Amino acid sequence: MASPQPASDRVPVGLPQSLIRLEKLTRIFEVGDQPVRALDGVDLTIGAGEYISLMGPSGSGKSTLLNVLGLLDRPTSGEYWLGDVQTSTMTDDKLADTRQREIGFVFQFFHLISRMSALENVELPLMLAGVPVAERRDRARTVLDQMGLGPRIDHRSNQLSGGERQRVAIARAVVMEPRILLADEPTGNLDSVSGGEVVRIVEMLHEQGLTLIVVTHDPAIGGRAHRRLFMRDGKIVTDTRE
Amino acid sequence: MRFADRNRVALGALFRYPLRTAMMLLATAIGVAAVVVLTSLGEAARLYVTGEFQSLGTNLLIVLPGRTETTGAGPAMLAGATPRDLTLGDAQALERSAAIKLLAPVIVGEATVSSGSLERDVTIMGTTATFREIRGWKMAAGEFLPAIEMGQEAAVCVVGSTIGRELFRGEPPVGRWLRVDDRRCRVRGVLAAQGASVMVDTDELVIIPVALAQSLFNAPSLFRIIMQVRGRDSMPAARRFVIQTLKERHRGDEDVTVITQDAVLKTFDGILGTLTRALGGIAAISLMVAGVLIMNVMLVAVSQRTQEIGLLKALGARRSQIIGLFLAEAIYLAILGAFVGVLAGYGVAFLLGQVYPEFDFHPPYWAVAGAVVLAVACGLLFGILPARRAAALDPVAALARR
Repeated sequence: MASPQPASDRVPVGLPQSLIRLEKLTRIFEVGDQPVRALDGVDLTIGAGEYISLMGPSGSGKSTLLNVLGLLDRPTSGEYWLGDVQTSTMTDDKLADTRQREIGFVFQFFHLISRMSALENVELPLMLAGVPVAERRDRARTVLDQMGLGPRIDHRSNQLSGGERQRVAIARAVVMEPRILLADEPTGNLDSVSGGEVVRIVEMLHEQGLTLIVVTHDPAIGGRAHRRLFMRDGKIVTDTRE
Repeated sequence: MRFADRNRVALGALFRYPLRTAMMLLATAIGVAAVVVLTSLGEAARLYVTGEFQSLGTNLLIVLPGRTETTGAGPAMLAGATPRDLTLGDAQALERSAAIKLLAPVIVGEATVSSGSLERDVTIMGTTATFREIRGWKMAAGEFLPAIEMGQEAAVCVVGSTIGRELFRGEPPVGRWLRVDDRRCRVRGVLAAQGASVMVDTDELVIIPVALAQSLFNAPSLFRIIMQVRGRDSMPAARRFVIQTLKERHRGDEDVTVITQDAVLKTFDGILGTLTRALGGIAAISLMVAGVLIMNVMLVAVSQRTQEIGLLKALGARRSQIIGLFLAEAIYLAILGAFVGVLAGYGVAFLLGQVYPEFDFHPPYWAVAGAVVLAVACGLLFGILPARRAAALDPVAALARR
């Protein structure tokens, strides 16, 4: 059910079969006595298989939006429909299961567990899901091969370069074959060569059907997306499609 | 998440921070070892004392004058009556019972003994030949008291090994004269050295016939009558017989106390068993302290691994899985610590046994099992708070930290 669909079967943008639908989504943080509207009534529909970049100045709410989309954070008000499920009705365990099956995360600082090898890091989500050892080893190895990390699977993360670490992190994000890949400044901590490599890989995954949402400061990377959202003060101010 | 995987991840984390792990292991191990060592000390004391009591002889029944139980002020007491003495006549009357195998009257007093110019004050015991059979004493030289009638005075004595050695200037005491106050006794034998027992130091003792002791101390009253009953089964019958006989002889007053060896043994056993448990309890407190340390260090571990926890949540770990991971760590520490502690405890008990071979240092099994169970329970109990804290972390905040 979570397997990537071929690109040709992608649901066209704008049709009711949207993957993600946000309605008047608001997230308010209490900073001291001052309520801060990190998201201020965001309406957004994302179709399956879209490639979206999310840009905007610091504090514009783009990371908060990404966290809410990734079910790591709950909105203060408004609705978030994932497929045909209203996520605010989900229990914590259901949210965890949904993250596990539907959503992959890629972070700026990789967040690999340093005491584990590349293979073990990629196996981690499979392990949490209770997949038997032999099967998950095969699956993790296959994905790492796809990332061009075949010879490095037994290296620990501190024996890998930044670009390699991020590729391990991407492998970990997609090994469960999610529908959505959320990347928060995936190239923010990499040199341009490694960054380019990472962009190439996530775009390849998108070509295979993954819905890709990238938060970035870098206009060159943001510009590659087919749909570009620009945020300011918790609102989406521009929404450009190619 | 599979059981084996949880264990693997938990163990991996333990090995990743060896110093932290070693500290917690040490704390738990010390607690467990303390329980093992302290209870083995208590147990050794119990075994020693009960062993000593058993060395007095088996199936003993002891009569002493006067009632030690408080029964309130009876008519006899109001009349100012004092308990009647135990006499040789009483002892002879008791000797007739079929249930009683051996009987020895005992009188104890102090007297000055001398040989030539050497003299010293010693404990004198007046008794009969059967006393040696009851106690199972061995002779170093010569013989014990002669088998004569209780009432017969014979001018003989038996001396303890120290007296025999020091009062006769190294010459063999048997056959020589010993002056006991104003009496002269021929030394018939020397007791084998056996050191202090629960009752008296036999090495410093001089033993004379009971009738001689009566006239020496000018008192007809016996200190004790000691009897060996034929078997454990005849103990209650023998006891009834003794009480009944003495009551008849003492004009219907039950004015003696009859102690069975079993009762005394049971009392001491009970007291020392309680002591052992108390020691175990005190040591268990150190285990609880170890538990608090585990909790503290686990709390530090949670804050050290905030990012990792955030990541696990992002990857879809349920709350219960994260709690399980941290609890597994705490329990592993407790189990390993308990294992090390039991080994260390047995090691210390073994060393103590080498230093004090007369004691038997064996930790009781209930204490070892209890310590291990308590250690694991501590790990579980004190692991819960850190584990819950880990599970409650906000993943956004956890991942935002670099």
